[in-house]
Amino acid sequence: MEFFKIKKDIPFMRHALAFNVISGVTFLLAVFFLITKGLNFGVDFTGGTIMEVNYRQAADVPQIRDSLAKLGYRDVAVQNFGTASDVLIRLPLRKETSSAKLSETVMESLRQADPSVQLRRTEFVGPQVGRELVENGALALLFVSIGIVLYLWFRFEWKFGVATIIANLHDVVIILGFFAFFQWEFSLTVLAAVLAIFGYSVNESVVVFDRVRENFRKLRKHTVPQIIDNAITRTISRTIITHGSTQMAVLAMLFLGGETLHYFALALTIGIMFGIYSSALVASPIVMWLGVSREDLMPAKKDTLEDGRP
Amino acid sequence: MNRYPLWKYLLILAAVVVGIVYALPNLFGEYPAVQISATRTTKVDQGVLTLAENRLKQANISYVSAVLDDKSARIRFADTETQIRARDLVQTALGDQYVVALNLLPATPGWLDALRAKPMYLGLDLRGGVHFLMQVDMAAVLKKAEESYVDDMRRDLREKKVQYLTVTRFERGGIEIRFRDAGERDKGRDILRKELPDLELVDVERSGDFAISAKMKQSAVFEKSRLALEQNMNSLRNRVNELGVAEPIIQQQGQDRIVVQLPGVQDTAKAKEILGRTATLEIMMVDEEHDLGGALAGQVPAGSKLYKMRDGRPILLKNRLIYSGDNIVDAAPGFESQTGSAIVSITLDARGAAINQRVTGENVGKRMAVVYIEIKSEPKLDEQGRPVLDANGRAMRVSKRVEEVITAPVIRSQLGKRFQIEGLDSVQEANELSLLLRAGAFAAPVEIIEERTVGPSLGADNIAKGFHSTWVGFTAIAVFMSIYYAIFGLISVVALAVNVMLLIALLSLLQATLTLPGMAGIALTVGMAIDANVLINERIREELRNGNTPQASIYSGYERAFGTILDSNVTNLIAGLALFMFGTGPIKGFAVVLCLGILTSMFSAVMVSRSMVNLIYGSRRKLEKIPIGNTAWKETS
Repeated sequence: MEFFKIKKDIPFMRHALAFNVISGVTFLLAVFFLITKGLNFGVDFTGGTIMEVNYRQAADVPQIRDSLAKLGYRDVAVQNFGTASDVLIRLPLRKETSSAKLSETVMESLRQADPSVQLRRTEFVGPQVGRELVENGALALLFVSIGIVLYLWFRFEWKFGVATIIANLHDVVIILGFFAFFQWEFSLTVLAAVLAIFGYSVNESVVVFDRVRENFRKLRKHTVPQIIDNAITRTISRTIITHGSTQMAVLAMLFLGGETLHYFALALTIGIMFGIYSSALVASPIVMWLGVSREDLMPAKKDTLEDGRP
Repeated sequence: MNRYPLWKYLLILAAVVVGIVYALPNLFGEYPAVQISATRTTKVDQGVLTLAENRLKQANISYVSAVLDDKSARIRFADTETQIRARDLVQTALGDQYVVALNLLPATPGWLDALRAKPMYLGLDLRGGVHFLMQVDMAAVLKKAEESYVDDMRRDLREKKVQYLTVTRFERGGIEIRFRDAGERDKGRDILRKELPDLELVDVERSGDFAISAKMKQSAVFEKSRLALEQNMNSLRNRVNELGVAEPIIQQQGQDRIVVQLPGVQDTAKAKEILGRTATLEIMMVDEEHDLGGALAGQVPAGSKLYKMRDGRPILLKNRLIYSGDNIVDAAPGFESQTGSAIVSITLDARGAAINQRVTGENVGKRMAVVYIEIKSEPKLDEQGRPVLDANGRAMRVSKRVEEVITAPVIRSQLGKRFQIEGLDSVQEANELSLLLRAGAFAAPVEIIEERTVGPSLGADNIAKGFHSTWVGFTAIAVFMSIYYAIFGLISVVALAVNVMLLIALLSLLQATLTLPGMAGIALTVGMAIDANVLINERIREELRNGNTPQASIYSGYERAFGTILDSNVTNLIAGLALFMFGTGPIKGFAVVLCLGILTSMFSAVMVSRSMVNLIYGSRRKLEKIPIGNTAWKETS
């Protein structure tokens, strides 16, 4: 079986400008939604309390709201979670309150209304913890960016490092843009997914750039755009197949992994989709604009080794 | 060219066999068991176990096995019903000196146990339980330390007959000592420097004023914080014993935080109630020279402060800390042998005993008070006692320091290391008081700043879902690969299975905590690890299309893809390491799986699949065609 029988190189670079414009617009849209709507940060970051409760029959959400209002909690989010009998309650953080006793009080009042209620999960995050998580998340993102630029600089050339990071940050911002637009909850697990995608979609650029470097050696008469076109065309089947495989695993998580993994898998899905696009059609044009040339890559050791082979 | 030397095959085989052995314990499930562990004062030995076993035999309760290791004894049962009955029996037989807890133990066969093969260590989100992050109020610790320095300074200067004017502690921290003249100041400085080496003393230059400012040295601050944290962790350990948890985790995090994890705890309310009793004790003298009525009228004498007893009566205490709850080693309820009335016996540590001896010796006939200090969160009230509402109409809450005198007995004679509080009304009261005295042995107030609770049914659900989605993802990939790349796809699938197996073996071997995001990490590893095999297979196809012989294509396919595989895995590893370094809890679990998965996938995708290809095709001289899917088309470039 074979999906891709591409006999001629696809002239991606001829349309480089168009791709960059599309990316630019998507990116700006993502930034726009991030600014206007903002991320719907989960309790991990904002601090507050989350409770997941389970009823034996379908839960009476308005009644739960009532019980909470009686306790003095009015700005509470109460929603069904997965099934009709599972309910998620989100209580905001109170200034001056650091007590974790809250969930007990809430459970007591819910139990009065319906004794069949069961506490499945609670999370309480104090304000200082939330702040630290935000800081650590930002630090992690910075660490990954710098680490990858340095590695690619060392393995290829600075232009590739810069292009890859731009392409990947573009992916990350777009994932965040989706979360902002749909107001999906941005939790710690989603952040982990975003960072994982960061490392993963760098793969893509690496695979293409590896090919570009090889082509610079082999295809001496080609121009730079032709070399890049060939590299993308030759790797595209692999790109789509591996991403398809990863996506299969992620889809299984998305549909079967339960609510906790749902947004995690969703972030991965968006990341994988845009990863395919950005590695081929964002990173490569940037490398071209940055003026990559044959001389940039010639001293690389690996090529001389490969060259000596039949 | 596609042959491995024998040692390489053997090496790969050995890795796979070891992997299978260490992954195996995960298949055997768990047994219900009762675990007996010791408290502070006891030890679990064969005698204890025999006692428990005899009790079970008497009651005709059969058990599967009973084992003793260096920390605890464990008795296995066939079902949870017997387990619960047995727990109650064993607990009554052994008494409160032992922690008897329900536990689920891995049903690993003996020969695997002997190899130290264990199943993966499941995190709280998978097996249910409570996680607390607690913060120790270090500011309070340092304040207390400075206050006792103020006392020490006054005492030292008085003893050495140095004329000083005042010793003041500032609310923002730091102490200032004022002297009459420069001579006295110099004398005072030398004495303080010698007696209190933990302080940094600096002369204050102000016209007409001769003062020294004192500050705790950085090293002393650090040491105090460390001790406070240790003290708190010890107290937490003892409190957790009250809960009967089989494998509690109490760990330091950073400089002022403590992580408490209680797997399998279902009654979270009780856990929080017991752990949340964040209290400290201070022992002070009752001020009997001054008039209580005058103090109530608003004229509190300098150096004293008004407190309330538990029943609400006011009491005036001298503002000087004699010793604190951390000097109390033990407090136990009991009976006075002659009168039979309820008492509490208290044991102090050496420092507390020395102070106690001196102070009680000087103050026979006077009263000593124990102040119980607790941080509570309560509704904010206005002058009329009505709750204060904020702009949104919600009741506002405040953290409040509650100070309460729990007992103020008269000193009958000079006391030392051990003494009793007598004249309690009931056994009940003695019990409560000793619990307070013991539980109060916290060096500093503690606050819960993060809490995560997962019910046991949700934990089991999470395992099932995580396992199910990994399995479905794996199957989908396996089907696709076998169709798309034919035999080479099948080889890739075997390599992928080896990868998952090795990953599970590594996680079991390292006993790294497996969390739900960790399970997602396994699923994701499955999806990402196949990348290497796709790269290799695509490369081989391409080489074939370019007219190379099958053997040469296999060779260069593997060789050329390797550089790319390495590069892409390194970038993945960078992301994994960042998650590990900056992540906490479940995210760390995800990072561990991601990083280990990258390492195992490098091995299995390249070495394992290559060894299979080599075994099958490597020795065939006339290999015309290899089953890797359709390559019968030509590209033009």
